[in-house]
Amino acid sequence: MDIFVQQLINGLVLGSIYALVALGYTMVYGILELINFAHGEVTMMGAMVALTVIGLLLGLNPELSGLLVVLAGVLVAIPACMLLAFTIERVAYRPLRRAPRLAPLITAIGVSIVLQNAAMLIWGRQYVSFPQILPQQTYEVLGAHITSLQIFIVLLCMAVMAGLWLLVQKTRLGRAMRATAQSKEVAMLMGVDIDRVISATFVIGAALAAIAGVMVSAYYGLAHYYMGFMLGLKAFSAAVLGGIGNIAGAMLGGLLLGVIEALGAGYIGDLTGGFLGSHYQDVFAFFVLILVLVFRPSGLLGERVATRA
Amino acid sequence: MLEFLHRPRTRAQARAAIILLAVLLALLPFLVEAGLGRSWVRVLDFALLYVILALGLNIVVGYAGLLDLGFVAFYALGAYLYAWLASPHFGLHLPFWVVLPLGAGLAGLFGVLLGAPTLRLRGDYLAIVTLGFGEIIRIFMNNLNAPVNITNGPQGINLIDPVTIAGVSFGKTQELFGITFASAHFYYYLFLVFTLATLFIAYRLQDSRIGRAWVAIREDEVAAAAMGINTRNIKLLAFAMGAVFGGVAGGLFAAFQGFISPESFTLWESILILCMIVLGGMGHIPGVVLGAVLLTVLPEALRYLGDWQRAALGEVVVDPGDLRMLLFGVALVLMMVYRPEGLIPSRQRKREFHAEDGVAAQEQASLYDSRA
Repeated sequence: MDIFVQQLINGLVLGSIYALVALGYTMVYGILELINFAHGEVTMMGAMVALTVIGLLLGLNPELSGLLVVLAGVLVAIPACMLLAFTIERVAYRPLRRAPRLAPLITAIGVSIVLQNAAMLIWGRQYVSFPQILPQQTYEVLGAHITSLQIFIVLLCMAVMAGLWLLVQKTRLGRAMRATAQSKEVAMLMGVDIDRVISATFVIGAALAAIAGVMVSAYYGLAHYYMGFMLGLKAFSAAVLGGIGNIAGAMLGGLLLGVIEALGAGYIGDLTGGFLGSHYQDVFAFFVLILVLVFRPSGLLGERVATRA
Repeated sequence: MLEFLHRPRTRAQARAAIILLAVLLALLPFLVEAGLGRSWVRVLDFALLYVILALGLNIVVGYAGLLDLGFVAFYALGAYLYAWLASPHFGLHLPFWVVLPLGAGLAGLFGVLLGAPTLRLRGDYLAIVTLGFGEIIRIFMNNLNAPVNITNGPQGINLIDPVTIAGVSFGKTQELFGITFASAHFYYYLFLVFTLATLFIAYRLQDSRIGRAWVAIREDEVAAAAMGINTRNIKLLAFAMGAVFGGVAGGLFAAFQGFISPESFTLWESILILCMIVLGGMGHIPGVVLGAVLLTVLPEALRYLGDWQRAALGEVVVDPGDLRMLLFGVALVLMMVYRPEGLIPSRQRKREFHAEDGVAAQEQASLYDSRA
């Protein structure tokens, strides 16, 4: 039972980070039907930029409050990632908007490679560690441990997602985004500036990614030029799991994937009599993804798309 | 590149062209070695290996239009089966002509296993499921070293037997008919034979009933089914066929390297092979061959960046290993932005890309890979 609660908590924390990244994938996909492969790398860049700022600030004055320093890091990382995503969209995706789907997929991969290697050149091949400056308190819930950092991550992610939900449902921009996702042509006829909406979508997704990047590096205590790859893959899986293009689906898919992964890692040893260990965590995530897609090809909350006539 | 073989003016011209090409291909490793050094013969070997892989994936992606991001799994299966049956790891040393068909069969079987549950999926969903499949295979290879040591985990399997034909081991440098052959030379000729066989099969498949059925499914699955094509079986066949080529290439790779580890079979490898197809010209064999050769040679050529830096600036400022991947990424982006149809597209695709706007929209609407 304690293991169950403990893994559930761990899963929720990880899942809420997945959800934040998944939102970036799903929003772009909803509008452009494009797998923005570079999104994971944008997340990594967010973490790296934030860590650099944190390092600089601590170098200037080690007495600064940890929370403020991290906040400053996030506040620099967000615009940096936004600018990055804006540039990526302009350079790599916009010229290909009318091309077949595989072409922007390849440029996305190209951008991914560029960002990874640029990060490697700037920050090196080693792991960059996240300084232990956030207040760490451990609480006990139902026999399981939960740290203040975990609570903070979940709350922050929930708040950001709520904010995004409001943005998409209540504001003029959100309405324009939804209209564009339904039909670019009709939205254009209604006076929506499609280019601006698409840029905005990328930029908003990047802001979420920056936050997620800082959170994940704070959670694991490190960052690495290669960290965006697996994170992006998982987040994209989460978006597909929930039904890609669907914002609520991405949130649900992210949380679900995190929980499935954590529970799977916790129990796989017992289930297989010790034959498979917790390092099969990733297998579990992909296996569930495949199962869900086989039985519900459009994802959990995705609309059932009729076969094109 | 091979275009002139399609439309020879006269029979004599065609014969001359083929003989010229054959002589060139036969002498190539020696020319390359004389011009660029032994290491480039190995690059040449890899280029041939990637041609086989790209032609295999081209069946699935280019012909049948099924976006497969887990192709490397079949490559891995072929390689691991070779390593299990011909290395000291299990103490088995079967000859390569026994192991290679087994590897091809295993990969083909897994191709069907992957294909069967995914038949209903389309486009990006299929891509992500195949991607997951590729990752699952890699993670298993990485972790199946305990409690029973099957794959030797991240360390990989070592000392894999080289190919031996007629008592000549391809692993050593030897003198035959007064010419010194290094291991890389032997494998060049072996791979060349396999590449030519693959090319032959790919061309024959393309013009066959099955090949036309694949294209029909790619263009419009519903219409294809209405024309009496058994879409389920034909799609499964595409997966299996592609996988078989992957398995064969995997076996060749294991024998050639003598060492395999899960690191050779990451998602990047799948993506690289996909890039070869798209860059060269999807579904068009000469394009795919060119794409595979270019993307194998380009990263190697970029290794000279260190020398160029030394020549221009007097010192190596940026490690060429880091820089070359960066430039590779830039090249991918530029290529797609300026020539999205690939270097040598098929005539049909070229028309689809360069038709006038109205016509283009109409054509694209009926294409599997366009935006509706």
